[in-house]
Amino acid sequence: MRVFLIAAIAALIALPAAADEKPVQLKKAPGLDKVEANCQACHSLDYIPMNSPFPNAALWDAEVTKMIKAYGAPIDDADAKAIAEYLKANYGS
Amino acid sequence: MITRRHLLGTAGASAALALTGNTFAEAAGAGLTPGVPPGLGTVATMEALPGKKPLIKLSYRPPNYESPLEVFRTPITPNDEFFVRYHLADIPEVDAKTYKIKIGGDGANSPIELTLDDLKKLPAFEVVAVNQCSGNRRGLSNPHVVGVEWGYGAMGCARWKGARLKDVLEKAGLKKETIEVAFDGADGPAVDKTPDFIKSIPVWKAIEDSTLIAYEMNGQPLPHWNGFPARIVVPGWTGTYWMKHVVTINALTKPQGGFWMIPAYRVPVGKFPLRDRFISQENATSTPITEMVVNSLITSHRDGAKVNPGKVAVSGMAWDGGYGISSVQVSTDGGKTWSAAKLGQDLGRFAFRPWSFDFTAKKGKNTVMVNAINKLGQSQTPELIFNPAGYHNNVMQNITLNA
Repeated sequence: MRVFLIAAIAALIALPAAADEKPVQLKKAPGLDKVEANCQACHSLDYIPMNSPFPNAALWDAEVTKMIKAYGAPIDDADAKAIAEYLKANYGS
Repeated sequence: MITRRHLLGTAGASAALALTGNTFAEAAGAGLTPGVPPGLGTVATMEALPGKKPLIKLSYRPPNYESPLEVFRTPITPNDEFFVRYHLADIPEVDAKTYKIKIGGDGANSPIELTLDDLKKLPAFEVVAVNQCSGNRRGLSNPHVVGVEWGYGAMGCARWKGARLKDVLEKAGLKKETIEVAFDGADGPAVDKTPDFIKSIPVWKAIEDSTLIAYEMNGQPLPHWNGFPARIVVPGWTGTYWMKHVVTINALTKPQGGFWMIPAYRVPVGKFPLRDRFISQENATSTPITEMVVNSLITSHRDGAKVNPGKVAVSGMAWDGGYGISSVQVSTDGGKTWSAAKLGQDLGRFAFRPWSFDFTAKKGKNTVMVNAINKLGQSQTPELIFNPAGYHNNVMQNITLNA
């Protein structure tokens, strides 16, 4: 089946298709469930480790606020707090 | 607090290793640029999008993939190795048969719609031009700027073919009150409340002869990931204005609003040596990013490469905002003395300009610094001009070659 699919793709040059997205494993720690439940709706989770370890607490807070205020992410206050705490504890400095 | 500076030195390298385990080994595997955040090394992988060769995957969704350094050894970047950058995750497959561009806005007397065939019937023009993300090299910013942590490869140079934007605007009857021309693409956000990616350019830039609605890239239809069936090409200006999958073009008598015009894609007023201004969008403190700053890249060798003592040929590319490269200067003594590199094929003022330089490597460590100068006399900067979004990084490279 896989061989057939690859052949089919090769036959259709420039066939647009979605990226083959593999799961991004983040550090297992309190708050990860909130990150996975909210952030992935709009973007893959590789954005988080990509920026580490440099953001300090203020930068991670600002980033969560930006996602809600500027990008309109529908995240409630309790989840936003849990996400920010997770980012600071696991991917901050 | 860990700062970028601490991680750059030799001592810093071991500190980073201690922090992130095997980050550096993985980073090398993905061909990452030295100096990007160690965390990028834990997620960046070489992956191929459909129709593309493996590129450095920074993020899956929206897809952000950069070209490895070695891709820039030729002045034309192959389509299947050209970088991919999206802001929003809903990217439709556009059907060329039903594709239409709507041209209107309050600055147009007679709004029109064009199919791909209509576009191809208009006089065709070609330009070889660098398309570079505003945030290319953001990952090297110190202090850190949160965002997509690009290394050197969020850029490419292609031969673009299409209709002139000004010819299309003329068909729609451009009013003399028009101050900006705005673009929207077929791609959109994953959630409704995320602002759609809409960008405008000043009308004077829109009606320049080199500004195109391109449907060909290096003699082929545009790859899906680079804007099929047609995208805006704004030679000299950063990639943010080069709208992919363009479906709406609006002539405007008032400034375009929205998140992607302000506060996004702005630089502090007066901080960069730029000529092109976008006055209708300027305010007291910030101005939209416009033309690219003069820049260069060593592409023959990676930092830390091993060479044989004796003659070494170093080469790379130089480019700017469309004034043209007048000279590329190389220093092998840490910037004390500089010599002119030999310039290669000139594909036009908006293109990558190849350069090469021979020097005699001594046993041990050798350093090579490069500084490109354009026809306005602008040159690269020795120190980063920090700005909050991490744009316009044209710090002179200084690499070590070990003989």
